[in-house]
Amino acid sequence: MSGDRTPGRPGRRPSLTWPPLARPLHPGAWWLWALGLAVAASRTTNPLLLAMILAVAAYVVVRRRGDAPWALSFRMYLALGAFIIVMRVAFRVVFGGGQGDTVLFTLPEIPLPEAAAGIRLFGEVAAEQLLGGFYDGLRLATMVVCVGAANSLADPKRMLKALPGALYEVGASVVVALTVAPQLVESVRRVRRARRLRGAAGKGRRALRGIIIPVLEDALNRSLALAAAMASRGYGRTAGADPRTRLITGVLVIVGLVGVCGGLYGVLDAAAPPLLGAPLLLGGGAVALAGLLVGGRRVRRTGYRPDRWQPAELLTAGAGAATAALMFLTAGVDPENLYPSLSPLSWPELSLVPVLAVLAGLLPAFLTPEPPRSAATPPAAPYTGGATGGPGAGGANRTRPRKEPVP
Amino acid sequence: MITFEDVSFRYEEDGPAALAGVDLHIPEGELCLVTGHTGTGKSTLLGAVNGLVPRFTGGHLRGRVTVAGQGTESRPPQEFAHLVGRVGQDPLAGFVTDNVEEELAYGMEQLAVRPEVMRKRVEETLDLLGIAELRGRALRSLSGGQQQRVAIGSVLTTHPSVLVLDEPTSALDPTAAEDVLSAVLRLVHDLGVTVLIAEHRMERVLQYADRLLYLPGDGSVRDGTPAALMPDCAVAPPVVQLGRAAGWSPLPLSVRDARRRAAGLRQRLADLAPGPAHPGDAGPGPAAAGDPHRTPIGEPLLTARSITVTYGATVAVRRVDLRLAAGEVTALMGRNGSGKSSLLWALQGSGPRRAGTVEVAGGDPGDLPAAEARALVGLVPQTAADLLYLQTVDEECAQADAESAVASGSCRELLDELAPGIEGASHPRDLSEGQQLALVLAIQLTAAPRVMLLDEPTRGLDYAAKRRFGAIVRRLAAEGRSVVIATHDVEFVAAVADRVVVMADGETVADGATPDVVCSSPAFAPQVAKVLSPLPWLTPDQVARALTAEGADPAAPLRHEAAPR
Repeated sequence: MSGDRTPGRPGRRPSLTWPPLARPLHPGAWWLWALGLAVAASRTTNPLLLAMILAVAAYVVVRRRGDAPWALSFRMYLALGAFIIVMRVAFRVVFGGGQGDTVLFTLPEIPLPEAAAGIRLFGEVAAEQLLGGFYDGLRLATMVVCVGAANSLADPKRMLKALPGALYEVGASVVVALTVAPQLVESVRRVRRARRLRGAAGKGRRALRGIIIPVLEDALNRSLALAAAMASRGYGRTAGADPRTRLITGVLVIVGLVGVCGGLYGVLDAAAPPLLGAPLLLGGGAVALAGLLVGGRRVRRTGYRPDRWQPAELLTAGAGAATAALMFLTAGVDPENLYPSLSPLSWPELSLVPVLAVLAGLLPAFLTPEPPRSAATPPAAPYTGGATGGPGAGGANRTRPRKEPVP
Repeated sequence: MITFEDVSFRYEEDGPAALAGVDLHIPEGELCLVTGHTGTGKSTLLGAVNGLVPRFTGGHLRGRVTVAGQGTESRPPQEFAHLVGRVGQDPLAGFVTDNVEEELAYGMEQLAVRPEVMRKRVEETLDLLGIAELRGRALRSLSGGQQQRVAIGSVLTTHPSVLVLDEPTSALDPTAAEDVLSAVLRLVHDLGVTVLIAEHRMERVLQYADRLLYLPGDGSVRDGTPAALMPDCAVAPPVVQLGRAAGWSPLPLSVRDARRRAAGLRQRLADLAPGPAHPGDAGPGPAAAGDPHRTPIGEPLLTARSITVTYGATVAVRRVDLRLAAGEVTALMGRNGSGKSSLLWALQGSGPRRAGTVEVAGGDPGDLPAAEARALVGLVPQTAADLLYLQTVDEECAQADAESAVASGSCRELLDELAPGIEGASHPRDLSEGQQLALVLAIQLTAAPRVMLLDEPTRGLDYAAKRRFGAIVRRLAAEGRSVVIATHDVEFVAAVADRVVVMADGETVADGATPDVVCSSPAFAPQVAKVLSPLPWLTPDQVARALTAEGADPAAPLRHEAAPR
């Protein structure tokens, strides 16, 4: 799928197909794009801009998500966003504090003892107060939805594969854990069912023991078998790194990542001291990168069909970066419209640059290749994951998509 | 290619030797079958090839094992990844990734094979094993045979010169096993891979094996061609046993060999009626001594009417009627997913049942609490060990007595009858497969059900253990119980069952006396029936007894063939 563009023969230009052939985009590109949108959202409380960002994210997701299970998670993030907004507004109503002059309605106030001075329950509800909550909530919700967009567009497993070599072990254990989890669920079901055959002696701790011991035994056996299988297939073949290198790698990566976190905080929080911002971010990034490079040097391993950065990926990541950068630019030049005034209340307005910034985020919806749909690939079997339980699924016939699942 | 130089191995310093003074030299391109009873060190021998033994198992290895000149003493198993490909019993337990293509590429990624080469090899391997249409599928959604072929493919992509297969088909139904073994044979013939295979369905590999390694159990390894070792090898497929009974030399290794030689034997047997397939003297119990061929159908114990089991939209069992009579052993056959297990669980009452009624002693086990249901119908599930959770055999027995509210010691008594000599202090999980099965069976029998259902009990049992288990089953029946066994094992069915019910797609497609059902289709027929067809003989024991009874000298029977009594 990544090799869809035939290498040009001498004397012939490589024919660019349009629309591009369907292929999954590098997950990293989607993440950069989504983070760009999220950063942009963090720089404004203008509901119009935030709504635009939401619309852009949702549109791109609808146009470019595949049909894998994680692609359906976007709806969940939208619900989460709505929940965040509702909570924010509700809190403003409950602990309103009564700022603002435009009183909409008055709720009976609950008197509190002296000790809780400064906290007010209910009372007058002002438009400023509600709007403030709404704007805040909307900003947070938009950022969450942006992350959700990345989650539903990018294949999490391919993302793990794209991890730098030094983090390979971490990625491998996550992948293994992901595959083992359904097996564990399956053995719990199987054992619970089998226990009924012994008259399901007792409940509570006794029953728990009857379930946990066979399940643990199963899990232990499986992990030993897996370890042996991985070793005989060459896993850890080049892990002959001396402990010192490992220590250096670990320290560098962790210190670097802490630096990156601090730096991000500095960049995103406008009130933070300037030294805590970009310099710390860049410094941390550099240290972490050095750690990954040191760690990566000892790795001799290749990747099967790695995702490559092609023009479409660059464009997607670039679109996200452009949105964030333009928004930052506006924040420096013309901040009024990014933070619409609450007192006096004013109708939020849009200016050209932020609108262009947000629209830049829409480009991937049109300029990237479509994701491959499994309908186009030969009869893909439904993933029977959870339904493979059944009376004997653990041992012999853990086989065809079984028809004997759980009660 | 592989050499063992005076190799000895013990799991514990002062424990018994799993391998003792083994000297072996296996040249390139051989198909080598490793055989022996369970627990004689087959897995140890196979694991030693790439150093998993002792590095992953613990224990003390003396001597030297080399593959292509590289010794396992100085290098970890990882360093053998390009030389030795290893596939175990349960493919799912060894999968690292979750889809077919990535699984095939995994080994190569570890060996840092260049991406272009990887791409090509994955395609080649997909074709070689006939799994190209599965490429993007999730591994868990594949059938057992497909999974096992993917597992073989995933070690082949690194182009190993040795393939080690530890009972690759023991968890598969016959068709799937056939697929896997034919893939292996193709590798041997087309690629010249050296294959070391431990396989309990010997009858399928024996005829192709260049060499047989027989482990008698004392830690030694006997090494020779199948024809040379078979005459006195304790583990032998039915066709070889038939050859022994008929006194043929050299022994036939395949049905084809035997069939070509059997004309005389068929003539001799033509006028004889086959004796009972399940001899009364096979077990230690006295009960079945005078067992006639077909146990007369006794009183009906269980009557099931139009049992239906569904899971969502899938119909697992569709309107199945079943009557079980006292003293009868019924085999339930059919491919994986045909509804055998669902039917058993529904009959016992613990599993889901959408419609239909079950009547046992006037009650319906599905409507009763679990403790009462198990006193009517007992069920031993496919993974019998799921029922065991205590520290010692004695504790399990005591627990079983308490569960069934019977006098203490009842379970232990049953266990001693079924499998004498299991130490009470041993941990249930340290027992062999056969002993575990006996323990679970004893626990279930403690509740004194008159109907006993066994789901795939013979999986993982070797020929001898199967024989012992067959005797146990016959005794249970002789004591007036009705036993149902879901199984794929035709030879076991031929030797033990009175009646066979075949299921397909949730429905009963055949139901009748064992010889009638089993001999009516070549796919289901046991080896002896294939050799002696159209005569209805099922087991080598039957033939041996008939020949002995005939008074002929079994060592030279064919001279008398013209004068049957």
